[in-house]
Parts: sequence; structure tokens; C-alpha cells
Amino acid sequence: MMHLDTHVLIVGAGGAGMYAAISAVRAGADKVLLLDKSLVGRGGATIMAQMTVAAALAEESDDDWRLHLDDTLAAGRGLCDEKLAAVLCEEAPIRIREMGEWQVGWAQRDNGRIAQVTAPGHSRPRCCYVDFLNTGPAVAATLRRQISRIDAIRRLSNLTVTDLVTSDGAVVGAVALDAASGEPVTIAADATIIATGGLTGIYRRNSASANMGGDGYALALKAGAELVDMEFVQFFPIGHLAPRLVGMDPIMWDPFRYKLGGRLLDGAGREFLARYGSDETDAYTTPRDIASYAITKEVAAGRGSPHGGVYLSFEHVPELALRAAFGPVIERLAKNGIDLARAPVEVVPIAHYHMGGIVVDGRMATRVPGLFAAGEAVGGANGANRLSGNAIPEALVFGERAGRFAATAKAAGGWNGAAAAEAVERIRQLSDGRSGDVTAPALLDQLRALMWDEVGPLRDAAGLERALDRIGAVRAALANVMIAPGRECNASLADWFELRASLAAAEAVTRAALARRESRGAHQREDFPDSALVFSGSQRVALGAADDIFVSGGPP
Amino acid sequence: MKLARLNVRRGTGDEPPRYEEFTVPFEDGATVLDALMWIRAHRDPSLAVRYSCINANVCKECTISIDGKVVYACMTRLLEGAAMMLDPLPGKQHLRDLVTETRPPRERLS
Repeated sequence: MMHLDTHVLIVGAGGAGMYAAISAVRAGADKVLLLDKSLVGRGGATIMAQMTVAAALAEESDDDWRLHLDDTLAAGRGLCDEKLAAVLCEEAPIRIREMGEWQVGWAQRDNGRIAQVTAPGHSRPRCCYVDFLNTGPAVAATLRRQISRIDAIRRLSNLTVTDLVTSDGAVVGAVALDAASGEPVTIAADATIIATGGLTGIYRRNSASANMGGDGYALALKAGAELVDMEFVQFFPIGHLAPRLVGMDPIMWDPFRYKLGGRLLDGAGREFLARYGSDETDAYTTPRDIASYAITKEVAAGRGSPHGGVYLSFEHVPELALRAAFGPVIERLAKNGIDLARAPVEVVPIAHYHMGGIVVDGRMATRVPGLFAAGEAVGGANGANRLSGNAIPEALVFGERAGRFAATAKAAGGWNGAAAAEAVERIRQLSDGRSGDVTAPALLDQLRALMWDEVGPLRDAAGLERALDRIGAVRAALANVMIAPGRECNASLADWFELRASLAAAEAVTRAALARRESRGAHQREDFPDSALVFSGSQRVALGAADDIFVSGGPP
Repeated sequence: MKLARLNVRRGTGDEPPRYEEFTVPFEDGATVLDALMWIRAHRDPSLAVRYSCINANVCKECTISIDGKVVYACMTRLLEGAAMMLDPLPGKQHLRDLVTETRPPRERLS
């Protein structure tokens, strides 16, 4: 069996993981191992980012990171971990300027200053971007270029970390499945960073890439770390619904709204946001949680569009203005049968980002020695609702910190092969293939459907209880999942592990949502529609003695 | 129900080429990647194909050959009725089904 040995192990190679690798080497790590289930720097959420990156650069206004913090805390509806949020806002400008030095290509005004636009929830023009719809790919490509120049970083694609290995209460490495060979691999590490992103892939409607199934949360829980704010899943309000559009991310309409406003209309063509306390007469200003709630309520009341969303209309915008703002993108839309000057599109909330995540301190260290986290996998900085543009800075800032502090932390303890044996044996057994009456992708589809139906933008106790039952049924079916024979590139093998992790993530979200008997930010309970003072703190999720997932921190 | 057909190259690079035909539900606007994901959920979970971003066409992982042309599965619309021929990317080492060795050399374990 292959065994690798590294100073810092990084699980997940999106923006946070890649930045962590760079900073770990800068801080003195002689060996960094950067793994991804997909291809390094191509999977995950970073590459999907459409446009805005928030940082108080003060290029276009008298901005200050404390003002960015004020906006972040306000958007978080009182639940932000203020220390983490402050780290995010204070260091965002440093990371954004460093990305600029690495030639990411932030868009500039004619006077040479970095262009910054105002996104909903920001008090000032604070969001920079590379190019309309192209910020994420540029950020990912820039980081890929940087890591490829550093010899101390070893990159490995198509490795799924199935288990962290703990010894004497510390994480000492991991067991991974090598997709190409179907063989287990053991990895000894002085420090391990979880940078696996969020869990939006467990929802039927999502903007996630294929590998956003909540793996990191399952790994962290099993290793003894705590999770926080798990009930807060951000539903991006205007995900594309119809007509079917290929080659574009479903969250693509946001930049259109930044530039041209656009109008949200119900199925009969009437404006409705004002009835939910938001006035968009002058500009695109409605926060994501309020817009998602409003759209979901309109659809539930039977006032939706034909495919079950609402309309987003740019018909009032002159065709020349549309062309001037979006040029070639207008042609791409035309190929999909979309003419914004003539007809609206249909949009609907989709799972987009997870505010909750792994509990860390300012060094990005969990309570488990040897275990760190970075990026979206971290919980707390964004509270109950994330401000537009805070996700990329979070990846870069937390990634940089996680790499730096992991590299300089005291080694967690020596490798313990015996502690890895069970996880290795599980991979070996499953990779022999086995018969079964159901496939993992079909069960994942069931899980996504139940999470959407019962743990989505509108929740109540009855639905959440049903969700727990249904999650239990899917978990029971895990034992009957068919695994095809043939070890090399056998997708059904990695799928089994993905499903197992997604079930843990789904249960953590659902239990936390059931325990929070109030509505706040992205968590909306139909049976408790108001915010309650007794719930002004965060809830934590951990594993109990019998590997049961339990919630703590709510009111007594 | 409207249907589409796909002839998909199966097996590893060491085996003689063989194709398996799948009949899949057809919806207006659906892509070849939609159909491949449907096959993995409902017919054969072992079908090997690379994809990551699913709809945004930013990861570029789903590059394969369709009817002899190198294209992205996520950008290619499914055709109702006629069978489409799906092959792995030519000029790359064939690993299994539609998966070729597209990882940069330094990102491979073995």
C-alpha cells in the first residue's frame, strides 16, 4: 500500500486550499501535500465565482475595513463570530492586493484604480472583480500558477480523503481513496487542513460543483471537532430556472442586476418585493435572505412562473444598453433562445453557500490538535446570512492563515498505522465490488430531494422531523448500495464515501434547524416566523459517545 | 415520454473497444452530461466520466468525443431519437469508459 508523509496535508484544492499551500511554504513547511477529489484548482466553488470580491481597498470611496465589518455583522443578523469576521475584513485588502501582484487582473478604471461596485448589503462601492462572469476562473488560474512554481507543494488529483486518522486525540494524517487505482493510500501529516468547501451539493437545486457534498464537515465531526451555525444555508435568490441554459453558472444573473437592475416579477408580471419590506425602485438592494424568502413565499402562494419560480425581467432596459453592458454574453444567451429585450427569464432560489461550518479560532485551528480548517468549510464569520462578495476573501484570508499557522504548529504526534487500519480495510472491502439493490447516485438524488423539500428556504418542525426520518432511511440503504466490480476509475466506489459524508452533513443541518425555534437570516421557520432574543447565540454540533450527532448552545 | 440514445465506449484502455447503448429520457434543452449523470444514477453507477462544475463550463473536465468531434459534454445538447456516439478524448491515454488521463503529470500518484 502506498504511504505518503508530509508536513502539512491540505484536503481540497480550491481557493482556500491553494492559498494555504502557498502560505504554509512561506511559513517554513518543507513538504506540503495538496489533494483534490477532482483536479487540483479546477473543482470546488472558487472557480465558479461569478463576479464580486469584497475588500475595503478604498479605491473608489473613503472605505475602511471596519465599515466592511459593520456591513458583514449587519448581514449576519447578530450571529457572526465577530473575531473571525474582523480577521476576514481586515486582511481581505492584503490578500486582494497580493492577488493583484500575481496578475489576477482586477478590472481597472481609466485612471488605473481598481474598479469597485456596490453590491447589496454594502454601504460603499467595495466589490472588485476580474471580468463579468470570470472572476472565479481567473482567481483559480492565478493560484494554480503560483502553486505550480513551488517545489515544496506536491499536488495530487483524484484523491478522496475518506477518514482522518486520530491518535491520542490528535489528527496525525488521513486515509484516502486513489480513484485511478481504487486503492487506499495512507498519509502521515504533522498538521491537516480541511479546505473542502461547503455542502450545497446536498440540495436538489444548487449552484455547486460535483464535489460539494459536505465531506469536510463529516471528517471534522468524526475527528472530534465541533461545527457551528449548521442550519444557515444561503439560498441564492435568483438562480436560473428556465429556459434551460447551458455553459453558464445558474447564479449568473447577479452581475446583470449589479449593472442594470432588472425587475423581479411574479407569474402575473407584478412587482412583489415591496410587500416583503424591500424597495428596489432605484437599485438592486435586496439582501439575499429576504429575496429568497419573498420568492419562495410567492411560489408557495401560487403566484409563481410556469416552472415554479418568478420572472426576472430586463425588458424595460433599452437593447443598446443591454449590448453595451454585456456584449458577447448577449450572443451566448441568444444561442440558448434567450432575448432579454423581448422576454423575461425564470429564476428561483438555489443552495449557493453554507454560512455554517467547522469551529476554529483565529489561527484556523479546531479544538482537535493537528486539525485546521479554511475557506467555506469554516463556520461563523458570516453568521446567519453572508454578504455578497465575502466568499472569495474568506477563501483567501482563511486559507493564508490556515497554511501559516499549520506550518508553525507543534507536530500533532507520530503516525499511527493501527489507527488507520479500519479505514484502509473498508476501502479494500468495498473496492472488491458487491451486489446491491440501489446505487449511490440514486440515493444522493433522494437525499437532495428531501433536503430541498424539508430543509430548504422554508422550514417547520413537522418537515424537519420528516427529514430526519428520511435521512435515516437513506442511511439504512447505504448498506445495500451496489458497488460495481473493477477498481480502476470506478466511480461507484468514491460515490459510496460521498454519500456517507453527505448523510452526516445533512443530519447536522437538519438537527440544528429543528433546534433553532425562531427565524433569522437564511433560516426561516414557518412555525416560528419571528426572531427570538433567546436564540441570539450560535448553536454547535458535535458527535456524541455513540457517534450520534447532537446540537448544543440553544436556550435551555 | 421522449427518449434519446447514447452509444458509450466502455471498458479500460487495455480491453478491446466495445460500446454499450443506453436509452435515456429526453427533455428539451438537456445536455449529454445530464444524460450521463442519469445513467450513473439509474443504469450503471460505475460509468466513468469526468465532470465537476456540471453547468458553468469553467472546469473543462467533461471534454470527450461526441460523434467524432471533441466537445464538452455539458455544452452539447442531447438529440431526440438519433443515437450519439460517445468516445474518450482522442490522443490521451484511455483509462476507463469516457475517462482519459488528463491530469498534469505532476498531479498523479502513480
